[in-house]
Amino acid sequence: MTSNTVSSSVSSFNGARFLWATLLIYPLWLLMVGSFDPAEMLVGVLVALLTAGLSQKHLHVLDDFKWHPLMPLYLLIYFGIFLWALLRANLDVAGRVLSPRLPINPAIVEVETQLQSDLAKLFLANSITLTPGTLTIDVIDQRLQVHWIDSAAGQDMQHATASIAAQFEYHLSKFMK
Amino acid sequence: MQILGAVFILIGASFLFLGALGLIRMPDVYNRIQAGTKATTLGALSVLLGVAIYHPLWWSKLLIIALFILLTSPVASSTLARAAYKVGLTPYRIEPTEGKH
Repeated sequence: MTSNTVSSSVSSFNGARFLWATLLIYPLWLLMVGSFDPAEMLVGVLVALLTAGLSQKHLHVLDDFKWHPLMPLYLLIYFGIFLWALLRANLDVAGRVLSPRLPINPAIVEVETQLQSDLAKLFLANSITLTPGTLTIDVIDQRLQVHWIDSAAGQDMQHATASIAAQFEYHLSKFMK
Repeated sequence: MQILGAVFILIGASFLFLGALGLIRMPDVYNRIQAGTKATTLGALSVLLGVAIYHPLWWSKLLIIALFILLTSPVASSTLARAAYKVGLTPYRIEPTEGKH
């Protein structure tokens, strides 16, 4: 009986989640404190360990990452592509807003995704919202409904998937399930 | 350095202005959300970058603010758009074509 409860409490403790949560929370602490004072850094380690230990059983989102030595690199590549798309999105919208003709051709299209985890779909939906002329309206299973400000290129699903989601999806799939 | 910071803040303010202009000019709620989200996200990021150049000691907190804006702003827009869609607001179209909605 005692050994049973012990083993179940051990199995409910997810070591990988605990480790990754600690590694994510600690930099956040350092950024918020904004100093490299040894005392602050030591307290930060304790706080990160405590927070990660208390919350690891609820952090299902951390299971959605594909942990991999090259993952930080993939994350950086993704972030770079995302920032570039964000910049283009803004110039694009600025151009449309300033143009006297208001050149828009909006439609709601559907995009299909191969990504399985909720976190990856959230990242994809957010990226689509912040990139040129597209706004995610809803995510239903493997389909994303997207409002497209300039749908002239074609409104069928293959077309929309290729031009809206394919690039992000490819880079997301490298570090998320 | 001060001038560079001021330039970034000015660029950010221009994008925020364009976002506001988009809200007035766009024909329906979905297009307005599009103009509002994108222009204000980059506008806010640019202002934050300008402030970071002005006050380099604040960079870590400004970085956290930027990450939270990047994470929450599109979620808020999607939620608004989804609510509008569920209520049944029909998207504006240049030439009405037959089909769903």
